[in-house]
Amino acid sequence: MKISPSKIISLLFFIFSGFYLYTAHQIQVFTFDENAAFNAKTFPIYLGYAGLIFSALYVILPETKPSNVDLKVLDYKKTILLIILMALYGLTILSAGYFLSTSIFLVLSYVVLGERKWFWIFILSFPFVAIFMYLLHGLLNIYLRDPFLQFIGIMG
Amino acid sequence: MIEGILIGLETAFSLKNLMMVMIGCFSGTIIGMLPGLGPMTAIALMIPITYGFEPSTGLILMAGVYYGAVFGGSTSSILINAPGIPGTVATSFDGYPMAQQGKAGKALAIAAYSSFAGGTIAAIFLLIAAPSLSKVSLAFRSPDYFGLMILGLTAVSAFSAKGHFLKAMMMVVLGLMLASVGQDTLSDIPRFTFQNMNLSDGISFVLVVMATFAMSEALTIIFKANDPTRVAKQISLSELGSIKLDKAETKKMVTTIPRSSVLGFIIGVLPGAGSTIASFLAYGMERNFVNDEEKQKFGKGSVNGLAAPETANNAACSGSFVPLLTLGIPGSGTTAVMLGALLGFGIQPGPRLYQTNPEIFWSVIMSMYIGMVILLILNLPLIPYIARVLATPRTFLIPLILFFSVTGIYLMSFNNFDIYLMIGIAVVATILRLYDFPMPPLILAFVLGGLMEENLRRSLLISDGSWSFLWDRPLTLIIMITILTIVGWQIYKSFFKKN
Repeated sequence: MKISPSKIISLLFFIFSGFYLYTAHQIQVFTFDENAAFNAKTFPIYLGYAGLIFSALYVILPETKPSNVDLKVLDYKKTILLIILMALYGLTILSAGYFLSTSIFLVLSYVVLGERKWFWIFILSFPFVAIFMYLLHGLLNIYLRDPFLQFIGIMG
Repeated sequence: MIEGILIGLETAFSLKNLMMVMIGCFSGTIIGMLPGLGPMTAIALMIPITYGFEPSTGLILMAGVYYGAVFGGSTSSILINAPGIPGTVATSFDGYPMAQQGKAGKALAIAAYSSFAGGTIAAIFLLIAAPSLSKVSLAFRSPDYFGLMILGLTAVSAFSAKGHFLKAMMMVVLGLMLASVGQDTLSDIPRFTFQNMNLSDGISFVLVVMATFAMSEALTIIFKANDPTRVAKQISLSELGSIKLDKAETKKMVTTIPRSSVLGFIIGVLPGAGSTIASFLAYGMERNFVNDEEKQKFGKGSVNGLAAPETANNAACSGSFVPLLTLGIPGSGTTAVMLGALLGFGIQPGPRLYQTNPEIFWSVIMSMYIGMVILLILNLPLIPYIARVLATPRTFLIPLILFFSVTGIYLMSFNNFDIYLMIGIAVVATILRLYDFPMPPLILAFVLGGLMEENLRRSLLISDGSWSFLWDRPLTLIIMITILTIVGWQIYKSFFKKN
């Protein structure tokens, strides 16, 4: 028997709702609130049940409008590489600083997506980020921590 | 009311705010023009920029972005048959054939004039309806608000999910679950934080919007890059033709615009319906109104067929502000993003906004109209140049969208955790989108989560834990019957109608 991906997602949501409901029951409320008509765990408990009901209905009932996705045409390689690049960007943004990490992220993303016009790759990375930083930091007074620029003496 | 309008005009006409409307319209047009990116993404990308602004200035910028993005969506519909947003799909029915006949300039002019006229008529309705409804909505109590919120969520799920009602309802629950993370507003008890300090304040609204729209849209575009059904069509952007309309074309528009405006506004006011339904209904209605000769031209480049959906979708945009400004309940995903931004500024929209912050109430309404005027005088002559944005390679576009998304969150929290959380939500949202799990119901639920819990708390405490508050008051009862009708209709449509 072949089960559709939408039903698998619904089944996962059913499990997630069950976990949510269990966690909702574990919320510690004040003793005087235990038997109140409404306390901190009332709404989450209802939500947990709602999640269980809707996902169970989707799993049980026949699919009237199945989603047809051709998995063979999807570009997994570039998408996964972009996600990894974003994670690395998030990892380095504090330690390497905004300017360096953002510029390198942009250069690598352009290259991963197949861009080879090096002039534009350069313009739309280092100088572009520098101008953007100036707008934020210099004009809008939004603080951007940047150890690299502080180290080379550009930023105070 | 006159005093309020003058306050609004004074605020909206300050040099700074005029600049913001212009910037908003221009950037909204460019973002909205890019296939796959709609007003929600455009507004979401603007939120971090508005942090340092006064509330009215920030909202004026976002209103400009909203209208610009809707107009931009029409441009890509007409020029490359790739609607930026669902609300402009009907525009492509006759707009794209006109462009193929070498009348792209004319089609864009018809779209611009119709949008302007539709927006103008709807703005007048908004001026009349909003204050009156504000006064009426003072009679609403907690059970009514709770019912209205469920109605909004059900209606958005029913209308926006195109046959995927149960999937939309799962997204509603997921949105509410995400909103429940963090300390309970009344007792400060931590919920679903798993002893992580980063979650104690809850998940940021901007984070969820950026992840489910901007970032997830960008990832979806790359993920489906090889999909043959999504290959972007290329047309020559150098020859757009004249933008001048002749007498016969103008005459056709004059008859179409008023009826489509009224229809668009009414549909826009209804929760969940929005510009997509308005544009399709207006297209269908117009087809029934015209003579047989004109009817034959529908789908082949009809002026009426283009003017009707364009008028209606803009009128619906104005209409959708009525429940947001008067009841504090957004009726669509886009207005939900606007509500999130308002709450971020510390403003609670609702019946009291009209009295407590008249300058915001009126300046938003006024700036919406100014935005339309600016769209007409700024964008129309610039169309041949703006259209070149469509030629931007996605190899540059996607990384820039991802960069703006990450920057937006980084500027809010200055920590890695939020960036990782955003990436995680974006990845899940991309998979969900792939299988037609809609995102607007999730956003609407996330925004309404806190308000819904608050109103349920009050209702249950007043009724001593009894659920009878759902049918005790006639108003609540009517709302609940409407909800049951929508749910019943969806069940009937899904499981019985086909058979």
